[in-house]
Amino acid sequence: MKVKPKHQRLVLVVLAAAAMIGAVLLAMWGLQDRAAYFVTPSDIAAGKAAPDKAMRLGGMVEKGSLKRDPDGVTVRFTVSDGKSETPVVFRGITPDLFKEGSGVVAEGRLDPNGLFVADNILAKHDERYMPPQMANEVAAR
Amino acid sequence: MIAEAGLAALWLAAALSALQLALAFGLGGEQGRSLPTIRSVALAQGLLTLLAFGALIAVFLNSDMSVLLVAENSHSEKPWLYKFAGAWGNHEGSMLLWVAVLALSGAVVALFEHRLDERTLGATLGAQAALALGFFAFLLFASNPFERLDPAPLDGRGLNPLLQDPGLAFHPPTLYLGYVGLSVAFSLAVGGLVRGNFGPAIARAMRPWVLAAWVLLTLGITAGSYWAYYELGWGGWWFWDPVENASLMPWLAATALLHSVNVLAARGGLRAWTMMLALIAFSMSMVGTFLVRSGILTSVHSFAVDPTRGTFILALLAIYIGGALTLFAFRIAHVKEGSPFEVVSREGGLVANNLILSVILGVVFVGTLYPLLAEALSGEKLSVGPPYFDSVASPMALVLAVLMMIAPQLKWRRDAAPILPRVAPGLLVAVAVLIASVILAPNIGMLPRFGLAIGAGLLPASLLPLFGRSLKRTPLAIWGMAIAHLGVAVAILGMASDSAFTEERLAAARPGETISIGPWLVEFRNVMPVAGPNWTALEAELRASKGSGALVLNPQSRFFPSPPTTTNEAAIDTSWNGQLYAVLGERDEQGRWQLRLWWKPFVTLIWLGGILIALGGALALVGRMVRERRQRIRGEEAFL
Repeated sequence: MKVKPKHQRLVLVVLAAAAMIGAVLLAMWGLQDRAAYFVTPSDIAAGKAAPDKAMRLGGMVEKGSLKRDPDGVTVRFTVSDGKSETPVVFRGITPDLFKEGSGVVAEGRLDPNGLFVADNILAKHDERYMPPQMANEVAAR
Repeated sequence: MIAEAGLAALWLAAALSALQLALAFGLGGEQGRSLPTIRSVALAQGLLTLLAFGALIAVFLNSDMSVLLVAENSHSEKPWLYKFAGAWGNHEGSMLLWVAVLALSGAVVALFEHRLDERTLGATLGAQAALALGFFAFLLFASNPFERLDPAPLDGRGLNPLLQDPGLAFHPPTLYLGYVGLSVAFSLAVGGLVRGNFGPAIARAMRPWVLAAWVLLTLGITAGSYWAYYELGWGGWWFWDPVENASLMPWLAATALLHSVNVLAARGGLRAWTMMLALIAFSMSMVGTFLVRSGILTSVHSFAVDPTRGTFILALLAIYIGGALTLFAFRIAHVKEGSPFEVVSREGGLVANNLILSVILGVVFVGTLYPLLAEALSGEKLSVGPPYFDSVASPMALVLAVLMMIAPQLKWRRDAAPILPRVAPGLLVAVAVLIASVILAPNIGMLPRFGLAIGAGLLPASLLPLFGRSLKRTPLAIWGMAIAHLGVAVAILGMASDSAFTEERLAAARPGETISIGPWLVEFRNVMPVAGPNWTALEAELRASKGSGALVLNPQSRFFPSPPTTTNEAAIDTSWNGQLYAVLGERDEQGRWQLRLWWKPFVTLIWLGGILIALGGALALVGRMVRERRQRIRGEEAFL
């Protein structure tokens, strides 16, 4: 197969364009059900959060709500945004600065009964840190 | 005094970069005649920036609390290594490091680049000065590292304890050298586009910079991954955090560039594409800087900053990337076609490599920036994490690994001989491992299963290019390629093994209790208080034993008084076949301690692979430089 340089360049340009379009299509397909939306307890109360989809729940850990199961490694607490509340369960070691009355972002899924099953509690790296979503929520109040 | 001297040096260097830019684009008379001046200006600019960076390190080492940056980020009782590294463990200092590397790279090009004609070199140095000028302005107007604080506080606020780790002393500078090393490829591409020079000479001038930057990026990413693994105590080695992606994107572009630059240098092909990649690679470095430094992301890496800085960096990005792409669009018609090749050829394989890498770069780029875009457009807040990247980027990476088994076996231009016999060893191993994994480990996921098979197949396949050669006379660059590809195979095996075979135990245990995990029996002995130079900690004693021997692990929960923070220090034991990883959690009301244990078979291969990849790149770099030096000497002899 002999090709002229000019044709070869055209083929390469078309290939490069196809690859880029392919990448964008692939990315859009991937994003469709894999992007985790940030929700607040009010969103959940309003029925805006579908169960069994990856999401991030943000709010304050309600004072007096933090309880540990008898197995010693499962914690239950309530996340509140001042208007509504969502119960959360998490199995694992909580981040160092996770405590009642402070901000939290939990990654996980909502089960059909309205319990938020977290598979990750986002670590706060220092006392000045606040997730931007939280900062907005607090500022809005 | 030192701080003022540093600031003065910065202003002078900025003025010199403006002068260099003006000289390079003809404001100082005839092109050829101004080159010696441009060279000395570039050198002076590099040295002044180095001086400013030295001044910053000095005020940190002296704990000069009258400097705002020191007061906010340091503490007089910190170990000296962290005072030193603390100089760049903050926004202003890290941007100064960035500019210092940028200016020094320009100085090195000015001093040592002899392959290019004067006009192209002049334009290249002009482009480098234009880049430096923007970042000098950013430092001086929006992030002055030498700002004074009056009155000076008695002591500083301290450095984030997570960052007080020997790894920090090396991780950011390594990454920055890599990021900014790509600026030279960018400037060379701009220089070539401006002067209409797209020949192999540009590629040869670009190659050492791309290789060096790529080696450092590889090391920086590998080190950062290991740092996150042992310091964050989550047992993971890659989180697809936007900041990690910010370093991965330039790496992907540089990987593509370093393959295409070889086609241009050796065969004169892929001209426009190589120029484009050179522009994109450094653009990705700048996008990474924007993501990390603008404060729009929250992670370990983003220091709290004000929004004007984000706007400033965004404006710089728009000017540089937009300008470069516009230049490309105008000059592309002047790029002549390179020499043709057939589909099945080394060039064909390298084009496929570039296309796949570009697709991976594209999906990582979209996934990383989509949340920012979605929030800006619709106000909706979301995050894109591992589920997305694992399902779109990882399979593409495996396709690329399959290509790596085949393409290095192909000949340049056209390859008419049957290919199957040449690639059979790798494919056979891959198929054998695939079948074995189905039989022996039926329950593992698709991605790790194919990872194991393809990684295992790539082990022999990566070494095949050395087969049948006299090993002594094989060029270092070929050794470099084989070792880097071997490193990819090793890293893939480590990743696949970690995700397929990792065992995890989470327990609340009383002293004296025993937990079994993998081949290990772990006895929880006790928890004792211990003290370090600027922290106190609770330290657990775990005795882990299996058949032959026993060892002791001491995970800690550390408390730092300034700033007041608690961190978990994981304890990790490395044996030949994996790592045992232990984290100590809290004590509950009944006197039980939370313990989290992982047994991670062959996880160390991930970072070993990263080191091999970097080693391969370093060998190729040395090989190319030695060979070019020899050719130059021979050329001079022939001339005489």
